[in-house]
Amino acid sequence: MATQLKRTELIFKEYMDCNALMKNVMKMGRDAFIQELLDSGLKGRGGAGFPTGLKWKIVKETNSDVKYVVCNADEGEPGTFKDREILTKASDKVVWGMALAAYIVGAKEGFIYLRGEYKFLGTKLRIAIDRMENSIRALGINFKLELVFGAGAYICGEETSLLQSMAGHRGEPTNKPPFPVNWGYLGKPTVVNNVETFVNTMIIAEIGSAEYKKLGTKASQGSKLFSVSGDCCKEGVFELEMGMTVQEFVEEFGDGDTKAVQVGGASGFCVPRKEFANTIIGYEGIPTGGSMKVFNSSRSMYNILENYLVFFEEESCGQCTPCRVGTQQLLRGVRAVKRKEKPKSYLDELLKLANTMKYASKCGLGRSVGNAFKSIIENFREEIVY
Amino acid sequence: MNNTVNITINGTPLQVAEGTTILNAAKMLNVHIPTLCHHDDLCVAGNCRICVVEVKGDKTLVASCATPVKEKMEILTNTQQIRQARKHILELLLTEHNINCIKCSKSNSCELQTLALEYRTDEELFLSLRRESNPDMSSYAIQKDSSKCIRCTRCVRTCAEIQGVNALTMSYKGMHTIMTTFLDKPMSEVVCTNCGQCINRCPTGALIERNYIEEVWDAIYDPSKHVVVQTAPAVRVALGERFALRPGHRVTGKMVAALRSMGFDSILDTDWSADLTIMEEGTELLSRLKKALVDGDASTALPMFTSCSPGWIKFIEHIYPDFLPNLSTCKSPQQMFGALAKTYYAEKKGIDPKNMISVSIMPCTAKKYEANRPEMRDSGFQDVDYVLTTRELASMIQQTGVNVNTLKAENYDSIMGASTGAAVIFGATGGVMEAAIRTAYEIVTGREVPFEKLNIIPVRGFEGIKEASLRLEKVKPEWDFLEGVELKVAIAHGLANARNLVQAIKDKKVEYHFVEIMACPGGCLGGGGQPIPTNVEIRTARMEAIYKEDEKMPIRKSHENPEIKAIYEEFLEEPNSHKSHKLLHTYYTERNRY
Amino acid sequence: MSNSEEFINQLANKYGRKRESLMPILQEVVEQFYYLSDENMVNIAKELDISTADVYGTATFYSFLATERQGKYSIRVCQTIICDMKHKDDIIEAITEMLAIKPGETTPDGKFSLNFTNCLGWCHKGPAMLINDEYYTELTPEKVKDILLSYMKK
Ligand SMILES: Cc1cc2nc3c(=O)[nH]c(=O)nc-3n(C[C@H](O)[C@H](O)[C@H](O)COP(=O)(O)O)c2cc1C
Ligand code: SF4
Ligand code: FES
Repeated sequence: MATQLKRTELIFKEYMDCNALMKNVMKMGRDAFIQELLDSGLKGRGGAGFPTGLKWKIVKETNSDVKYVVCNADEGEPGTFKDREILTKASDKVVWGMALAAYIVGAKEGFIYLRGEYKFLGTKLRIAIDRMENSIRALGINFKLELVFGAGAYICGEETSLLQSMAGHRGEPTNKPPFPVNWGYLGKPTVVNNVETFVNTMIIAEIGSAEYKKLGTKASQGSKLFSVSGDCCKEGVFELEMGMTVQEFVEEFGDGDTKAVQVGGASGFCVPRKEFANTIIGYEGIPTGGSMKVFNSSRSMYNILENYLVFFEEESCGQCTPCRVGTQQLLRGVRAVKRKEKPKSYLDELLKLANTMKYASKCGLGRSVGNAFKSIIENFREEIVY
Repeated sequence: MNNTVNITINGTPLQVAEGTTILNAAKMLNVHIPTLCHHDDLCVAGNCRICVVEVKGDKTLVASCATPVKEKMEILTNTQQIRQARKHILELLLTEHNINCIKCSKSNSCELQTLALEYRTDEELFLSLRRESNPDMSSYAIQKDSSKCIRCTRCVRTCAEIQGVNALTMSYKGMHTIMTTFLDKPMSEVVCTNCGQCINRCPTGALIERNYIEEVWDAIYDPSKHVVVQTAPAVRVALGERFALRPGHRVTGKMVAALRSMGFDSILDTDWSADLTIMEEGTELLSRLKKALVDGDASTALPMFTSCSPGWIKFIEHIYPDFLPNLSTCKSPQQMFGALAKTYYAEKKGIDPKNMISVSIMPCTAKKYEANRPEMRDSGFQDVDYVLTTRELASMIQQTGVNVNTLKAENYDSIMGASTGAAVIFGATGGVMEAAIRTAYEIVTGREVPFEKLNIIPVRGFEGIKEASLRLEKVKPEWDFLEGVELKVAIAHGLANARNLVQAIKDKKVEYHFVEIMACPGGCLGGGGQPIPTNVEIRTARMEAIYKEDEKMPIRKSHENPEIKAIYEEFLEEPNSHKSHKLLHTYYTERNRY
Repeated sequence: MSNSEEFINQLANKYGRKRESLMPILQEVVEQFYYLSDENMVNIAKELDISTADVYGTATFYSFLATERQGKYSIRVCQTIICDMKHKDDIIEAITEMLAIKPGETTPDGKFSLNFTNCLGWCHKGPAMLINDEYYTELTPEKVKDILLSYMKK
């Protein structure tokens, strides 16, 4: 076995005096803390990787008497379960991270949008919320945090869709612009961040940007939680520095017979063995919300692809043409090729279609269906055809 | 205040106002970008994605209908990737779409079909996802076939934004997404008002009118039947659009000639019964005012609402049943006509009403439903047998091979064919109000309305809710209780506006004596049975034509219509008489709001 | 007031009558009655003063807001890739054997419904399923039978 990957222990670190950290930030001032966030290089942990400092800065500078802070806890990307782990073990840090955001941008109300599948976490979260609200009142900050639930729709993890859902509508993504930072929940400026992102802002408040930056690489700073599952020697949630190669990852987590690793869930990329060594996990390579699914050589890549496509066909919101119909065509298309109802060359038509979906879909879901599709077809064409 | 930004489209520089969408900016340069989910009357959806364009520096293509321009934006509308995306999107839509075009009445005017032809999608690139067609034929007015739906949501947005009815919705998600009603119930069982505005904005044949063309031809060819036809005011300013005439080109006389050549036995005019409506409704208003002001009868419902628009009637029956007493008891002009055709007309012309078929040509789909209401049988028969929309009439004329443009104008038959300028303006929002004021003011004061050329400008135009007031002075002795009264009126068109107005009245935020409501945007000229497409420019052209038609009429006040005078002398006696109550007035039914 | 009317009226008092209240109201009605009956949807529309079509359109978007009758215990077995690799089919088979229902069906006594669902976020402990809000992981056919037995006794 090669050397172990560099572990970090920040997110689940037992003790954090959130109250004291908040006081520090209040002393430091809003702009100074935003600068800290910018300096830290923190990018959103929900997958899209938008700089968190910039997001907060925009909302802070937008003029509006009502603003909101929303925690995206709709974790639905296949193979991702790190947010659940955070909410189980470090719920205080999440709600304090939200309070911090509220303080910085000037929001008085916040929401945690928790996926319906995690409803069992509700009680625990309510306790954490109450605790935070009480302490924060003593600091003279007025912030009310509410817990709302999803109801079984993966697309509601997309931020505009999430806001639609919160407002009592079908969870269909809306056009961007306007972005939530300008026109979010009920049309008000809104910070939407991932569960892990909020925790990271607390970590930065604790250790400072200089220390934080020491972790990871230049493009991918800090540490990251990875949800590891599949044909592994160990599965679960692991906090690792970003910037490792898939090779390094497989050496530690694989079962010795790894054929491919799906990085970033169903909407991420499938990395075949021959690419392990030169694929970096991070913004300079494959960015990820943290899902790492490991497949060994006993697995049929056709089954994997088909499974993903079934997922997308059901979970597309269905409003835009490339995604709604495209997902159905990709699925039926590969099935037809498998059954020899369509020639092999039909896969090339489908690849072109996947390309259209990537460029013409309305939101990130439709735009990323092609990732898995393309990387699996291109690397495992034989398995799809025969 | 409006800042401008500098952009280029396909290399051509352009300066446009901030906030303009790429689509609209491109229009200024005559660069055509295809659209499907976009409609000028509706909010932006950006869901069909056919309008994608490239913005230099962006990672993906953007929907031009939904993307505002930004300073220094460099936009390309014609690249390999764009063309590929558009073609793919069309191919995808066609794999879901019931492509039985030749059997579809929207063929030739279907936006999907037009684009499919443009992009030559003649080969089936992908697999068929088509589902069996099972059209909902439950409604007298609207036929819904979801096998032709492209999920553009134009109908859903129409029903919500313009009409405030929300009878239609998108349901389910992903591959199962489809436009439907509550629980997928038949259209006849939901709060649908039959207004047909969804039809006017459906890009395909998913929503069309129920057509009765064959039934009408059968009647025409049946020698034992005497077929009378009436034509609504707004038809004459729109029919030409189906014969390559510009919107607003009036074809009144040519339409009459066409109807005659088609074989209708009597060509009569709904305008005539519009004048009659003014007499009945005006009298009803004055008597309500008297009851309220003189007799102090608290049960008299004011404001009085007009009742000409059957979409509005169904709306209020569903949504505001508390206000049913406020509705004028007058039937709509179509139904007044129908009741008199099989009584008065039959009697005068010596026709057995049993052998009479009464057809009306309407800009409206709700009239189809109205004609089938069980209470609309006061003549002893179904008063109006078949209602055709402007579009159906156009098809029938096309079938005859007659070229409307070269026909010589002809006149309506009498004794229900003469009309006035007051009647023709029924076709525009504010028209009923204007006609009513022209007559009522004169009845009460003995003088013409104090407006130049009788044009009551404050009640005209497309503002969603209009208000006006008129002081009654130096009234005739028998109307002395109205001396000094400020007559307050309001007008709304489009049911979303109507809803706001009625709600304001309900909340006692506003007070009026008389309120005109038309279900469709712009009034009947924007009706659900009018030629497609529709937008503000087209509706404006039709409105201008209507007021032009009014101005050129020799008689412009309903009470001066000689054939109206005649029917009161020879048949009805006087407005609101016992006989007119029996034939010309009706009652309303409370319906489920949910 | 009917049972449904009263219940929904109370929910509207609790959550308010704005459109934003729709989701929590739908969710509580499902919790109480296991699905959204026609009557319940009408009553929700009435309380919030929105159209029934809007209620229906919103509800059908979400797979946890059933508009067709569901059992008291809603079993959702994860069908996504890792659980699939970890033999979710055996779990379905065990359930079908025991309750005589296939995915998409409800037992005649109205006690159980069985459905597939997408990734539950327990891949590392798959195969996984939910019964109402409770999660069950690292399932085996034997384990499933024990779990179901405990629910049958409830
Ligand atoms: C289809 C789709 C699903 C998504 N699901 C999630 C999710 O479950 N959790 C999440 O935090 N972000 C998700 N996102 C990303 C969000 O849209 C958004 O970028 C994120 O919540 C912003 O927070 P961050 O900047 O802290 O990452 C999803 C995006 C897409 C397109
Ligand atoms: S890409 Fe898919 S999920 Fe996104 S808006 Fe389009 S249909 Fe909806
Ligand atoms: S017209 Fe722009 S997305 Fe449909």
